Amino acid sequence: MKSHLRIGFIALGLTFLGLVSTRAQEIVIGQYASLTGSEATFGINSSNGVALALEETNSHGGVLGGRKIKIITEDDQSKPGQPSAAVKKLVSSDKVIAVIGEIASSRSLEAAPICQEAKIPMVSPGATNARVTEVGDYIFRVCFIDPFQGTVMAKFALDNLKAKKVAILTDVRNDYSVGLTQYFKEYFQSHGGQIVMERSFSGGGTDRDFRAQLTAIKSAQPDAIFVPGYYTEAGLIAKQARSLGIKVPLLGGDGWDSPKLSEIGGSAIEGSYFSTHFSPKDSNPKVQDFVKKYQAKFGTMPDGMAPLGYDAMMVLAQAINTAGSTDGAKIRDALAGVKNFDGVTGRITIDPKRNATKAAVVLKVNSKGNDFVASVAP
Amino acid sequence: MMQFWQQLINGLSLGAFYALIALGYTMVYGVLRFINFAHGDVFMLGAFCGYYLTPRLLPHFTGPLAPVGVTVVLVATMAICAIIGILIERLAYRPLRRMPKLTVLITAIGVSLFLEYAGQFVFGADPKAFPELMPDRALENTGALTVTTTQVAAFAVTLLLLVGLTFVVKRTRLGMAMRALSNNSTAAALMGVNIDTVISFTFGLGSALAGAAGILYAISYPSIDPLMGVLPGIKAFVAAVLGGIGNIPGAAVGGLILGGVETIVAGSAYSTYRDAIAFAILIIILLFRPAGLFGKVQVEKV
Amino acid sequence: MNYRHIKQLALLAALVLAAVASHFSGAINAYYLQVVLFIGINIILATSLNLINGYTGQFSLGHAGFMAVGAYASAYLSSEHSAGLFHALGGASAFSIAIVFPLVLLGGGVAAALAGLIVGVPSLRLKGDYLAIVTLGFGEIIRVMIQNTDAVGGPRGYSGIAGYTTLFWTYAVAALTIYIVVSMIDSTYGRGFLTVRDDEIAAEAIGINTTRYKVTAFVLGAFFAGVAGGLYAHTTTYINPSGFDFQLSVQIVIMVILGGMGSTAGVAFAAILLTVLLEYLRFVAGYEWLPDIVRRIAANRMIIFSLVLIALMLLRPQGLFGALPRMASAGRKSIKSGPGPTIPTR
Repeated sequence: MKSHLRIGFIALGLTFLGLVSTRAQEIVIGQYASLTGSEATFGINSSNGVALALEETNSHGGVLGGRKIKIITEDDQSKPGQPSAAVKKLVSSDKVIAVIGEIASSRSLEAAPICQEAKIPMVSPGATNARVTEVGDYIFRVCFIDPFQGTVMAKFALDNLKAKKVAILTDVRNDYSVGLTQYFKEYFQSHGGQIVMERSFSGGGTDRDFRAQLTAIKSAQPDAIFVPGYYTEAGLIAKQARSLGIKVPLLGGDGWDSPKLSEIGGSAIEGSYFSTHFSPKDSNPKVQDFVKKYQAKFGTMPDGMAPLGYDAMMVLAQAINTAGSTDGAKIRDALAGVKNFDGVTGRITIDPKRNATKAAVVLKVNSKGNDFVASVAP
Repeated sequence: MMQFWQQLINGLSLGAFYALIALGYTMVYGVLRFINFAHGDVFMLGAFCGYYLTPRLLPHFTGPLAPVGVTVVLVATMAICAIIGILIERLAYRPLRRMPKLTVLITAIGVSLFLEYAGQFVFGADPKAFPELMPDRALENTGALTVTTTQVAAFAVTLLLLVGLTFVVKRTRLGMAMRALSNNSTAAALMGVNIDTVISFTFGLGSALAGAAGILYAISYPSIDPLMGVLPGIKAFVAAVLGGIGNIPGAAVGGLILGGVETIVAGSAYSTYRDAIAFAILIIILLFRPAGLFGKVQVEKV
Repeated sequence: MNYRHIKQLALLAALVLAAVASHFSGAINAYYLQVVLFIGINIILATSLNLINGYTGQFSLGHAGFMAVGAYASAYLSSEHSAGLFHALGGASAFSIAIVFPLVLLGGGVAAALAGLIVGVPSLRLKGDYLAIVTLGFGEIIRVMIQNTDAVGGPRGYSGIAGYTTLFWTYAVAALTIYIVVSMIDSTYGRGFLTVRDDEIAAEAIGINTTRYKVTAFVLGAFFAGVAGGLYAHTTTYINPSGFDFQLSVQIVIMVILGGMGSTAGVAFAAILLTVLLEYLRFVAGYEWLPDIVRRIAANRMIIFSLVLIALMLLRPQGLFGALPRMASAGRKSIKSGPGPTIPTR
């Protein structure tokens, strides 16, 4: 009897020790994303990518010699004002050692100063506005930035589509759209193109009627229309443009990258072009491997945001290992030194401005899966 | 110049939606002297009704029967929204009929918010693609102007419903009771009008129209989300005030005018002010002619 | 020791307490500190709105607009125009900030007061529902105008605002706001506000200048909302026009109604309660041991808020600490009285 009891106690004690030690060994990372609200697909898909990467990393032994990573995710509801409270909670209350987020530039801009001040590294999977990383040396991103992306589409319009006159329809409600417009214009006009008309609308879900702006644009007779907004409006704009008799192609940026684009835009948006981070039809084995794993876990095809989330998490995990500790400053240095990381979205090298130098791809909208058209290197 | 006419057409079709929703506001105000804040959200529910009903009903009406299918969806939605409107009145407004107006107003705001956020909870906050009920094409032979099929449909149905409504209000007993109640509620009660029934009927009618507006709107702008009724609801209210609140043809005219003005602003270089224009119109009207275009100036006796 | 002395002593005590607490605030977790600051800011907002809605009976749904004006004005002042003043005071130091920050807040408050004047004047002729919609409209117009002003970042928001807000400033302003509002209402002059609320026509008849009271209520209420906005801007360091929308106005209105219109203590209490609840829901949403549906409802806090509002109106319209709405005058103002929008004959 006694020996049984003793063994029982020892077993209990060991289990307890085991529990305590694994919990103490867990590494906590925070994530804020727009899981609900008008840009829900961005948040959901990028956090799916992060989750996939997390699973893989943990099943391969975690980081820092066997420690598992735990992610605490906060939803910012696609609303300004929310990221600040969410990230403050992650940083101060949950005591995370790093933060992943966000896709939208304006919300990333809101959270960045908090991470910077707390000296917690922040890795944005997909915010493309240049100002985000300018906040401070703890802010990084694994995607390209709008000064590059704007020129990609401008170049594409001039070289591939031979469009000399372009009209622009900007979403003045967000940074991303305004920034892209500016860079597109710069490149396009300095290379012989002409911006024949500029109109704007208020995105974020309230504006649905663009006929007025499109009618004005139609009268200017452009060869193409640049619509650097989010997929929510792009689909509607395409439909209304076609119904007004506008036949020229539409051009967009990575804000279009969502399965909902074709759902909403239907046949109207078929054949238009947009720049983004990756193409699921890319024959690169790393891409196909990712697509298969994503489909197996989530049952849908990944869009542009999912692999960005995946790469963000993988880059961070590698940085933690390189740093050899959970110290913010060491992780920051490790992140700054990332070179030629073989990511799903391409080879990622973090430049001195903490942005990723990568190529962009131009896709042609196809409801059965967007077609790869071209790859543009920086 | 051509652009002006085109914008006018765009504006009139936009105005048709505001008119339909405004009718509901104006009727309820006429009978109850109270702004039903939740009206815009019934409009949203109408769109979602259509979203869920269409895949279930439309496949039964193939080929040439398709327009019948669309009508069935429309009528079903109107019925469901009427019931929702009556329910809201029963549960949230009726118990407060003797309370100060402010209390009911706040309740209406509460109901509106509840519908919006419960909608987000149940349907999901992300925009959904509304199924294609009818093809959206430009009509042939319209010269330099473009008129789309959805614009024509929206306008036509609005006109039909407006005629129907006028008929109900002017030619039926319930309609007469509504008018009586709106004119002098105490006298109407004394004359044997069943206040509760008439109020329920008014709510039901207004909500049915809002539901129809929801479907028509979703056909023209096929992206729906639970918050889609907020702005159109407020603008429709402005339209009702513009036309003279309590005045049915006034609400229709107000809607068209608002749609026209908003579209012209949106097509100009000041397009981002399009929402502010509605509020500016409201403030101007309330300052200079609070009775609206067709309303009677009422005098308050002390 | 009479009532007035008690109030002044209370104010002094509050200021001292705030200073002491502020001194030790570095030790508190930054997230909790932020929540406490938000509580203070919400107290100011609720108290100032209570002056307009509760005490003067003018139902305003655009308070977020005044807060926005104050936030942007003060942010603009401190970011663009304070350099000269700092220079004169010998550079940035705790001392010079203590001079510049209140000035900046004052600037925000004055700008908001001006907005209050612009909103208050047209509201003179309107009652009840109409007033509510017009104030809502003004709130939206203010937001749209800020969105179209590139100088303050437009829709991209205004970032890089200095983080001057401390516990002391927030609660000092809150204490001051409460003191001023309560003292004013208690005074002979201040009774006029209540008469305007209770029966405007009778008030006019006995010689109260209702115009002056209504405008004063708006201007004063807007002023404090503006200062609250300035405090808010200097703690979040990034403001965006869409953060000052109708939803925010409604949240403040809910605080006033829950507390009981016309009771400053009640309103302040409600502000604390609701702010804490709002943040607590964030944690509830994260509790993995709760059933999923409860977690999702917690994540969608507005559902809860709207139900609270409806329940309040149906079950306890006077809120926690307010007085029951007067039934006598209710007969005149309730739903079935008279046709048309009420315009007093003048």
